[in-house]
Amino acid sequence: MFDWIDSLSPSQQFVLFSAIKVAAAFSVLMFMVAYVVLLERRLCAFIQDRRGPNRAGPFGLLQPAADAVKAFLKEDFTPAHVRKVFYWLAPAIVMMPALINVAIIPFGSKIGGQSMVIADLNVGILYTFGFVSLGVYGIILAGYAANSKYPFLGGIRSTAQMISYEISMGLSVIPILLLVGNLNLSEIIRYQSGTVGWLPAWLPLPNWLVFQSPMTFLAFAIFLGAAFAETNRTPFDLPEAEQELAGGYNVEYSSIKFALFFMGEYANMILASAMMVTLFFGGWTLPVFGLDQPATTLPGGLAHIAIFLAKVFAFLVMFVWVRWMWPRFRYDQLMDLGWRRFIPLALANIVVTALVLWLKA
Amino acid sequence: MIVPRKPLSLWERLYLPAMIGGFKVTLRHFLSKKVTMQYPEEKWVVPEGYRGAPYLVRDQDGNTKCVSCQLCEFVCPPKAITITPPGPAGIPADRPNAEKIPQEFEINMLRCIFCGFCQEVCPEEAIFLMKDYSLTGAGRAEMIYNKEKLLALGGTHAGIRKWKHKLEEAQAQESFPVKPS
Repeated sequence: MFDWIDSLSPSQQFVLFSAIKVAAAFSVLMFMVAYVVLLERRLCAFIQDRRGPNRAGPFGLLQPAADAVKAFLKEDFTPAHVRKVFYWLAPAIVMMPALINVAIIPFGSKIGGQSMVIADLNVGILYTFGFVSLGVYGIILAGYAANSKYPFLGGIRSTAQMISYEISMGLSVIPILLLVGNLNLSEIIRYQSGTVGWLPAWLPLPNWLVFQSPMTFLAFAIFLGAAFAETNRTPFDLPEAEQELAGGYNVEYSSIKFALFFMGEYANMILASAMMVTLFFGGWTLPVFGLDQPATTLPGGLAHIAIFLAKVFAFLVMFVWVRWMWPRFRYDQLMDLGWRRFIPLALANIVVTALVLWLKA
Repeated sequence: MIVPRKPLSLWERLYLPAMIGGFKVTLRHFLSKKVTMQYPEEKWVVPEGYRGAPYLVRDQDGNTKCVSCQLCEFVCPPKAITITPPGPAGIPADRPNAEKIPQEFEINMLRCIFCGFCQEVCPEEAIFLMKDYSLTGAGRAEMIYNKEKLLALGGTHAGIRKWKHKLEEAQAQESFPVKPS
């Protein structure tokens, strides 16, 4: 049945498999975006002693479909005072970095000789940070294009916040790069197989980077905090603080353009979760049943994808839970935390990690 | 008033106690019983004395209690009630002690403000505000309830005797001296 694949040239095969992987990753991401929204609404309802949307389908599982229909059927209104080009461009730019970044996330080991990553880049992490920093343009443009006060304030806030936290985010990853000695995300995952060395063998703590040493744990903590700020989630959701900004940068938007901002936010959240899973929580590995080695069989490959998605899901639940647990930081506290806590800590972390590695060598 | 604020300890400044506290509270609420009522499936218990939709009632023998006196029509503040009296050659009353019976009795539920004046003014205990609060219809015409519909919805007189104290007063007048009620 699949004989014709072997008759293709290697470059043709590459195009074919890449296209399949792109389609699969894109559809899974979009599916997850839709259902994270539902997860958020249900979870927040439960935390607030409510039940949440449970009418559309069993347990409200068809709610995302209803939301999508609503978003598409609403009038797409363009206010007269907006700057049209940027107004149209902004929602797309918010959405794009998340979609582009999915390309380098290894979401599984191998299925039938194909590695489960769309582009196994040698500069994986640099690529990610490059595109994540483009994400800020979407929000800034939205705030600028709207040509009115509140969106503008939201845009200004997000500029300052995202640029500040990008620095600590980037710096926090450097100890990991020092340890692994490679920027390729697949190599970083391979580095995390097995169980940790500093515990006796009968205590099987996975050899994930978050558990390996205090420095890597600190790196994770800083990355996590910065990830919250980068995705504009509570406790750092100042760009869309409803109480202060009547909604923030997306005030002048309606219909599917408005929905795109939220899809972008949730896609970014999924991407941040996937990055944390890959960098600190062993990606698709699990140190039992030999699941920390690339799979040789189809069930093994599928199990790896399932493990990866389960880990991402755990992070998403955490993202959502935090939003309904804590109040928002004040603006000066946000800047204080970013510039005077995270950045010095991350810098110190780099130096300490380098010293430890130097002494060990 | 100046509120003295204790400086935070290092442990507190790590945000960790706040995190743990917040997590405990949210987890408790996450697991607790939900307050949302699943409305169409479960409904709240309507309390006694609730003023819902006004319906006409029949007496124990199944006869119409309304005698078409039109007091409710006159007292109705939003003019929701329209009564068509039978006239000299109209339909006869269906019970011995009544002179008249309404030929048609309509309540526009879109106009009704559920004030209860009709129930209060009725000398025959024929109209009561019941416990229905959710009235729906596919059009305005459907929301004008006619006599059959009102009687069907009202059912039999539920034993509420709002003129009981008047009756007792009148009975007390028979004997002398009058006993205070």
